[in-house]
Amino acid sequence: MKRPKSTIDRVTSPTLTHCPYCALQCGMSLTVGERVTVEATDALCQKGWTAAELLSSPDRLTTPLLHGRPATWEQALDHVASRLGAVRSEHGPDGVAVFGGGGLTNEKAYQLGKFARVALGTSQIDYNGRFCMSSAAAASVRAFGADRGMPFPLTDLAAADVVLLAGGNVAETMPPIVRHLTRPDLIVIDPRRTATAKLAALHLQPTPGTDLALALGLLHVAISEGALDSEYIARRTSGFEAVRISVSEWWPERVERVTGVPVAAIRQAVQMLKNANKAVLLTGRGAEQHAKGTDTVTAFINLALALGLPGTPGSGYGCVTGQGNGQGGREHGQKADQLPGYRKIDDPAARAHVAAVWGVEPGTLPGPGRSAYELLDALGTAEGPKALLVFGSNPVVSAPRSAHVTERLKSLDLLVVVDFVLSETARLADVVLPSTQWAEENGTMTNLEGRVQLRRKAVEPPEGVRSDLEIIQELALRMGHTWPAEPREVFDELRRASQGGTADYSGITYERDGLFWPCPTPEHPGTPRMFLDRFHTPDGLARFVPVTHRAAAEEADADFPVYLTTGRVLAHYQSGAQTRRIAPLVEASPEPFVELHPDLAEHLSIGAGDLVRVSSRRGATEGVARISEAIRSDTVFMPFHWEGANRLTNPALDPTSRMPEFKVCAVRLEKVA
Amino acid sequence: MRLIVIGNGMAGARLVSEVRARDKEIRVTVFGAETWQPYNRVLLSNVLAGSSGPDQVRLLDPSWYGEHGVEAVLGTPVVQIDRETRTVIAEDGRRVPYDVLVLATGSSAVVPPIPGVERAIPFRTLDDCQEILAASRTSSRAVVVGGGLLGIEAARGLAGRGLPVTLLHLAGHLMERQLDAEAGLVLGETLAGLGVEIRTGVSAAEVLPEGVRLADGTLVEGDLVVLACGVRPETELAAQAGLEVRRGVVVDDELRTDDPAVFAIGECAEHDGVVYGLVAPAWEQAAVVADVITGTAKDARYRGSRMVTRLKAKSVELAAMGETHLTEEHAEVVRFSHRARGTYRKLVIREGRLVGAILLGESAAVGTLTQLFDRGGPLPGDRAGLLFPGAGGAAVADSPVRMPDSAKVCQCNNVTKGQIRACWESGARDVTAVAAATRATTGCGTCRDAVEGIVGWLCEQEGVSA
Repeated sequence: MKRPKSTIDRVTSPTLTHCPYCALQCGMSLTVGERVTVEATDALCQKGWTAAELLSSPDRLTTPLLHGRPATWEQALDHVASRLGAVRSEHGPDGVAVFGGGGLTNEKAYQLGKFARVALGTSQIDYNGRFCMSSAAAASVRAFGADRGMPFPLTDLAAADVVLLAGGNVAETMPPIVRHLTRPDLIVIDPRRTATAKLAALHLQPTPGTDLALALGLLHVAISEGALDSEYIARRTSGFEAVRISVSEWWPERVERVTGVPVAAIRQAVQMLKNANKAVLLTGRGAEQHAKGTDTVTAFINLALALGLPGTPGSGYGCVTGQGNGQGGREHGQKADQLPGYRKIDDPAARAHVAAVWGVEPGTLPGPGRSAYELLDALGTAEGPKALLVFGSNPVVSAPRSAHVTERLKSLDLLVVVDFVLSETARLADVVLPSTQWAEENGTMTNLEGRVQLRRKAVEPPEGVRSDLEIIQELALRMGHTWPAEPREVFDELRRASQGGTADYSGITYERDGLFWPCPTPEHPGTPRMFLDRFHTPDGLARFVPVTHRAAAEEADADFPVYLTTGRVLAHYQSGAQTRRIAPLVEASPEPFVELHPDLAEHLSIGAGDLVRVSSRRGATEGVARISEAIRSDTVFMPFHWEGANRLTNPALDPTSRMPEFKVCAVRLEKVA
Repeated sequence: MRLIVIGNGMAGARLVSEVRARDKEIRVTVFGAETWQPYNRVLLSNVLAGSSGPDQVRLLDPSWYGEHGVEAVLGTPVVQIDRETRTVIAEDGRRVPYDVLVLATGSSAVVPPIPGVERAIPFRTLDDCQEILAASRTSSRAVVVGGGLLGIEAARGLAGRGLPVTLLHLAGHLMERQLDAEAGLVLGETLAGLGVEIRTGVSAAEVLPEGVRLADGTLVEGDLVVLACGVRPETELAAQAGLEVRRGVVVDDELRTDDPAVFAIGECAEHDGVVYGLVAPAWEQAAVVADVITGTAKDARYRGSRMVTRLKAKSVELAAMGETHLTEEHAEVVRFSHRARGTYRKLVIREGRLVGAILLGESAAVGTLTQLFDRGGPLPGDRAGLLFPGAGGAAVADSPVRMPDSAKVCQCNNVTKGQIRACWESGARDVTAVAAATRATTGCGTCRDAVEGIVGWLCEQEGVSA
């Protein structure tokens, strides 16, 4: 029962679409001429302006590779299907695993989850979004009963009086968002005086790994300064007393000693928040990528609740989602514990609903599987999967303790990587399947506000490549399933699967573009602001959850005396598989570097431009020294867009979100002679 | 195993929750002499000053004990420890056996043996705090006896409530254990500016209804007298039970007394010759004892604490840590004093490490220096930079004229001043034209003013009106 194709399904020029990179999903128009040119609808950073260069990159893969040699699609797909079948016969369905990505469209994320659970029958599926959004998601679900990164429109930021950003460097990671941040007074929490911190009215510069203590101290002072919204706390929340008691032991002088943030600065932050008529608290990966990330976000949510912000028009708590579809990617079933519509895989009603849409018995759906790092860590082991399919991810660069992860990947019986360039992970693969990319296919992306936007096809893909959906279709077909590969058809199925779930897309269509979920009926206008009347909890109240600070999983010591924190630079995106192949971006940021304070540099006799070797208990890498007063003298910073920085990082996991501790570990530095 | 904790203050309550976090099975009974649920004594000064409410000092919810299977006997002091039968005997006659006993009896306020002292209120407990607050409402003038940390916080708090306050101190300067004479002087001047009259080198001889008579016969007027003359470890039970007691109950690195079944932590304990009067060491000790007795980390040891004293008094920023009294003969000393602004900063350095510091007056360096002291981290050669952080890093004015051509103007699109100049030279005469050619200003937009400035300046140079 196919509908007639609308203009959306035809390539037109210029095409209004969105940037391929971060969760801001800036609007752009693409004009196809001799080459594809980009115009900004509103604003773009250099990544966006240069995005089209990758469409015609000489690095583009256009033929499948089987053991490194070109093969036909039939050969490659047959090989993958038969090897998957063999591994399944020998090791059972969980012998086969799938690793997805937060850059995949909603349609792909959905279809990948279905492919794993129905075609492969495996519980072993997770995705790189576990490394991004899982702590914020877990904390939001715990407090509000639902996780939509920003449960309010982005434009609310510009109308707020104060915005507090804990652990985010948006001026580099998603620069156009700064247009919403220039009016409010900005408070930035970051161990580095980043480009974002330089825009702030107040910058708090804690020791890496101590954001939780700082959040507890802020709430302590907010209570003693009478900044509480008692009426709101009584009417809209539960559990405040336990939190009040739990922050008693985090008086500001103690917090100062743990975090290094002066008491006066803590008090000033609270005064700013207290005096604000409208205030927004935001967290980024800096606060979230810790073995205590969920509790850290919870502490900031507790502060927001105590100030009466969430669910109040113009105010609120939000997380700044990173990956392009970091939001949608965590809603539709590529997460180990979830089914489409942000449903829990162990909820019988959720299983029944989704199984009905998929035409299978609920009992055939597997249960929750391993989280991303646990999955990678188990690969090729006696208990773990022996075959892995990777879509839209490059864990050799992006996973913590990456040298170990690389070993695990090499130990597999079968590694299949679907990508449009030969990424570091694809280099290890038995089979590489070349895929289409952003401008060559339709698909929806859910941006950081929870807005579902159509990213339109603008150009025909090069000869020889196939879309991820077509690849899934072909593999499923070889396993006896006939599934669509047309994005619109997959989206329509996703709508039914999400119906009644937390992230309900059932009222959203390709023609009704740009709506905020939940949107439960075709007439529904979408939900720009969530929680205005009630939270998504059984009693409608937001939940305060007492949490307490603890040390980082690995503290600096005599052997590894310096903290390492990792992050992003403006010119690159994620593992750099795309941006490291675009000349102007490489020119802007050519190589990995180590940012260190002049005092530390003096102590280690390191000069600007020296090659520095950085070692942790898990590995070592090198980078060029950049000496800067913008960083604490006990901490060094490395960008993670190149293979190397994650050899150092610590895979200690958050007990709730299973987020690895990317943002702090102990290292030592030496100059490479 | 059955654990008894004597004392439900900050150390005892902490120990109980640390034990429960590690072991759900151990039978735990805690005795508290005060009827209050455990509260945060550190915040009492804030309660007195009105910057914390009494409801903000609670450390445990009353329901916590029941939920965690801990028996709490509050308002019933223990009167005797029978080590032979491993039993404690409470005031109400009940006898409770133990396998492990932890003393967390804390300390009590020192009350000088002078006539009329019963008219004064010691400042030690939450009850004391409530009593002082009640009295302050009907008093016209207060005298605080004792110019240590607590006395200063009390005096500042009462002054903040609008009461004229005189602070009496026996030593020649305030907080003489933590501060050198000049710091004490500057602190006194700061307090004087906040309505606290300071009298140092004086000794209270008698408390009268109308005030305090000094040893020299002078009367210091005040109808509310608060005592903050220091504390004395509560060691009586331990001494009666025959445990080794010097200033405090003597413990080893496991916080064990000379009876292996008995531990002591907090202000009643003496470790390596030191009795700590601060909460941070007590909590470190509690964690070690919890590790040891639950077997979580049998090799856990307490090696002493670095002491940081941080005054909690509105408009008085003071941090003092470590060996502040060392002089140039024994250490490298860096000092900055600006009495007119209430600023005094001193660093004491040995072998390139910070071993002591005084920071009086607001300072952005306090967090960094405290952490350098705590961790013994290496210091930079430029000591001045430690006292005045950021002074060397002031941004160079990015005026269009002075900016070099290589300076990056637009971060988002990697555009230098040179590229903007080149763009201008090829005809662009406004921001829109520059943006179209270079994409400068099209990202975050914060460089718009800079681009405008450069274009304007180039136009001026040319004599072309922008």
